[in-house]
Amino acid sequence: MYNLLNNILGNEYLATIIAVALPLFIFILPYALYAVYGERKVSAFMQDRIGPNRAGYQGLLQSVADILKLIQKEDIIPNEADKKLFNLAPVLVFAGSYAAFAAIPFSGAYIGADIDLGLFYILAISSVVVAGILMGGWASNNKYSLLGAMRSAAQIISYEIPTALVVLTMVMVTGSLNLKTISELQTAYFWNWNILGGAFSGIEKFLLIPFMIVAFVIIYISTLAEVNRVPFDIPEAESELVSGFHTEYSGMKFAMFFLSEYANMFAVSAIVAALFFGGYQSPFGYLGNTIGISWFVPVEQLFWFTIKGLFFVFVQMWLRWTLPRLRVDQLMTVCWKYMIPYAFANLIIVGLITLI
Amino acid sequence: MAFKTEEMILNMGPQHPSTHGVLRLEVELDGELIISVKPHIGYLHRCFEKHCEAMTYPQVIPYTDRMDYLASMYNNFGYVVTMERFLNIQVPERVEYIRVIMGELQRIASHLVALGTYGVDIGAFTPFLYCFRDREKILSLFEMTCGARLLYNYMWIGGLSHDLHPDFIPACKEFLRYFKPNITELNNLLSFNKIFIERTANVGILPAETAINYGVTGPNLRGSGVKYDLRRNDQYSVYDRFDFEIPVGTGANGTLGDCWDRYYVRVREMEESIKIIEQALEQLPEGDINTAIPKRIKPPAGSIYGRVENPKGELGYFIMSDGSTSPYRLKVRGPSFVNMTVFSELCKGHLVADVIAILGSIDIVLGEIDR
Repeated sequence: MYNLLNNILGNEYLATIIAVALPLFIFILPYALYAVYGERKVSAFMQDRIGPNRAGYQGLLQSVADILKLIQKEDIIPNEADKKLFNLAPVLVFAGSYAAFAAIPFSGAYIGADIDLGLFYILAISSVVVAGILMGGWASNNKYSLLGAMRSAAQIISYEIPTALVVLTMVMVTGSLNLKTISELQTAYFWNWNILGGAFSGIEKFLLIPFMIVAFVIIYISTLAEVNRVPFDIPEAESELVSGFHTEYSGMKFAMFFLSEYANMFAVSAIVAALFFGGYQSPFGYLGNTIGISWFVPVEQLFWFTIKGLFFVFVQMWLRWTLPRLRVDQLMTVCWKYMIPYAFANLIIVGLITLI
Repeated sequence: MAFKTEEMILNMGPQHPSTHGVLRLEVELDGELIISVKPHIGYLHRCFEKHCEAMTYPQVIPYTDRMDYLASMYNNFGYVVTMERFLNIQVPERVEYIRVIMGELQRIASHLVALGTYGVDIGAFTPFLYCFRDREKILSLFEMTCGARLLYNYMWIGGLSHDLHPDFIPACKEFLRYFKPNITELNNLLSFNKIFIERTANVGILPAETAINYGVTGPNLRGSGVKYDLRRNDQYSVYDRFDFEIPVGTGANGTLGDCWDRYYVRVREMEESIKIIEQALEQLPEGDINTAIPKRIKPPAGSIYGRVENPKGELGYFIMSDGSTSPYRLKVRGPSFVNMTVFSELCKGHLVADVIAILGSIDIVLGEIDR
């Protein structure tokens, strides 16, 4: 994408700026706004309610109205808060979750940065979010915020281990850290998806399937924990800690935390989709190839990618409105006693299978 | 160098999403571990008992509505039962049956709030809305009967303010038919959810002995395995004519008397209440409801203590009369208040998240604690 822009515009900086800003403006912001709306509608349907239906047709403008309201609000900074850190935290959290999108391939033709260490980069940059959360919790000078931030840090760092182990497993299977390459490997039809044994053939493929499913379940659970979603929403635990690390935030800063939560949800869903469900690849071939319009293929890929990502976002919402919340020690038990050993065992077995 | 840590005092409430009203908890924390909890009450104090001294006896009834505002019918019930014993009034059978029906509907409504908000405390939001959806239907039944949805002033000394609406019996039967499967739904969604059990089993264990020593009553006491229910143990109204069980905690998912037991006793009590209502609707006699309402209420000088099984526990009224038309002294034994006393004991050694779980499982209403 960057190269293409560079060729057209003939200006490096302009090309960089556009390549970086494009996903934000054409995708993440509208997505986050409508994910909030979507979540409210999903929860409403699950709970026998109607949900937002006043602003615009069927309430479609509800989140736009919410954001407009939040922008107009007074920017409150508590007296005893550490002002610099307090202001920096939401920016850091938002930047962290936004930056992860750079290495996510939206389609064959569009990836913010086609770098070889894409997966590694995503894991690293999403850890910046922890720093932001800790900063926000500490700087608020509020006990609930502090407790929430500590919990959050412990939780996100712990759950990065099973995530990383599963990513390693996938790297062994596919031989690449680049999400685009990984997606390309799962091309053609859905039986080439990694969850169904990937591009392998013969007995190897069938041996891999159960372990791929285990790996998928582990990474899905741990990404839920990384984005602080139910049943792992302990840092925000409304009933205990009011709203955890962002208790003291209001107005646009609160909106930044809020939007970054939804952006994060999509980012992890996209990673899961790219690792296991073929990324932007269509499950049954492309219409563009059949009718011979080659530029139509990337559009279709974008469609499939969005559908897969949104499906996993929907599953996250579904879980949120169904399950209660774990306690902080139980959360750690789940991670250290179950997920990490299973992820390790899975890693070793998959390694053996690929060696065969 | 010795490593020194400091305890943190966390002030939960009076403005907090899950203190069930305006309760303030002063929690002393070591990390997330609780060292002590001090409840501070009184934010909702309205001098109810003192006010009553300036009111005539029937004028006290609206005040009883406002104590445990989730169980107004039963508060009325307790007061009128006590007054009728004081005045030696025999009320018509139909009145007794209607009172039982209303009381048990109120019990279901109160338990629905308790169970729903308990789900929210644990982090499950959806069961809460399911419970409130069903409670709304009960409130509509009450509205049909007496015109009010929350504070009824329905039971009068010696009678009722209104007879049943002609449509009430089919509507009530329809509600019971609708509601029964919803209990199963609640069980599937929340009660037997693995995470819910993890959070509530073996948490806040209340041994039977401690419960009795603290005077804990109601589902909290029964959750500890003590079969004590005033509807059976202390005859009042017509409860002896119905066939129903008293559910007690079994420790099925943890230790006897833990939060899950207290929770599940409430679920099963709703089933028993349905049984009672069904039987009462069957046996409901015809007749006039206001034949026994006295013209002039002037109890003899002296005092009386009457008690009923409110959804939250033993609700007692101590009424002292000097022979005039208003009580000389009126004291209420509120079940929430007494149950709350055991709270600090239960919290010791648990985590912050458990404070909320334990508080929710005790099911308090601040309107009654503070009165």
